Amino acid sequence: MSKQSEKQTSSDDSQIDLDAEFRKSNIKEVLDKLDRELIGLKPVKTRIRETAALLLVDRVRKQMGLSAGAPSLHMCFTGNPGTGKTTVALRMSEILHRLGYVREGHLVSVTRDDLVGQYIGHTAPKTKEVLKKAMGGVLFIDEAYYLYKPENERDYGAESIEILLQTMENNREDLVVILAGYKDRMDKFFHSNPGMRSRIAHHIDFPDYDADELVAIAKLMLADQNYRLSPAGEEAFGKYIRLRMTMEHFANARSVRNALDRARLRQANRLFIGTKKALTKTDLMTLEPEDILASRVFLEGKPDSGSTAITEAKEQG
Amino acid sequence: MMTNTGNLLTQGQFSFLPPLTDKQISAQLKYALKNGWAIGIEYTDDPHPRNTYWEMFGNPMFDLKDPAGILMEINSCRKTFPNHYIRVTAFNSLRGVESPTMSYIVNRPKKEPGFGLVRQEGAGRSVSYSIHSYATDKPEGERY
Repeated sequence: MSKQSEKQTSSDDSQIDLDAEFRKSNIKEVLDKLDRELIGLKPVKTRIRETAALLLVDRVRKQMGLSAGAPSLHMCFTGNPGTGKTTVALRMSEILHRLGYVREGHLVSVTRDDLVGQYIGHTAPKTKEVLKKAMGGVLFIDEAYYLYKPENERDYGAESIEILLQTMENNREDLVVILAGYKDRMDKFFHSNPGMRSRIAHHIDFPDYDADELVAIAKLMLADQNYRLSPAGEEAFGKYIRLRMTMEHFANARSVRNALDRARLRQANRLFIGTKKALTKTDLMTLEPEDILASRVFLEGKPDSGSTAITEAKEQG
Repeated sequence: MMTNTGNLLTQGQFSFLPPLTDKQISAQLKYALKNGWAIGIEYTDDPHPRNTYWEMFGNPMFDLKDPAGILMEINSCRKTFPNHYIRVTAFNSLRGVESPTMSYIVNRPKKEPGFGLVRQEGAGRSVSYSIHSYATDKPEGERY
């Protein structure tokens, strides 16, 4: 573009300190937090670093008068359940906010129900309302493939996709859309919506965790709730995870959280029934191997059922 | 209307100023959003000052964070009613009702004919006065 050279205020050899710019954006803090609080996910972290670098360089370029237009930042996160897609989306909105690519930096998390209406003429206002709410921030569409139901030709999902596409194109500087879902179904979704695929520049795949990473995640989760595993307990948990991973309905970090919730339940029960009535702080904090080994995974070789009921009851209580 | 040289309708805030630009409207919207006020867009072609009930363009917008969405809606209203008065109202719910706290015109007809003074003779040579918008001589929808 010829306009660029006219607009360019600084000469070609004037310098700008990328390091100072990096410090000023406070982005390091967010990236470090990402490293600290998210175990594993190597490819994801690399991609986020790359994106952050691109945005930073882009900002510096803008200061030098080298404009290149707003980069398309719409993303797609694919991965199995419990691999941290929502958590990363939350961080992403923070990073984009710090770099000044979204004005407010809030995350609006929606699913099909929030976008698609029940009758003719209901979908457009509903989708638009969600989009308006997400303006200046990040719109996170969980399980985005449900938007498109090819088996039902009277489904209103297509209308919603159309409006989404239009806004993604026209209001590129106002909001960033992140789609998330399981890999195979997302691929199918993109296959039937080529317009969507071409408008999303960044496809990030979330790998499954290995057993050691899951144990590390468990320790991090427990530390958050002021619990810890005794050394023997940690070993038992490692065994539990390795066994659990081979079973059906394994949902990575989410399964870990549920397992820990049940272990807490058993720990409470053990302390309650136990003879030792004078408890120390350490007693209250520590999960012992028997809290974990009592799981049905060991006893019957199948995952605990009714786990959600327990979790829910706990959350309400 | 003698003091109003531009012959512009003066209702709500900023109405003695030149028309607000989109950037200025955004800044005002931002202020309203910062205070947690809901924002509604209304239009009419009856500019009488006692006409408080303007038509709503879509639902009032709650829980927004950024003015871009509202500006999008204002522009779509302008496209639908290019020759109507369009105003933006911010509602404060602090008192348990959505009471208007800000209101300003964001779109006007190209030509505003203004108001005429109507005198009505009453009993004992008394005169009562009212104002009448020239535009409302025509039926609704054909006024501007």
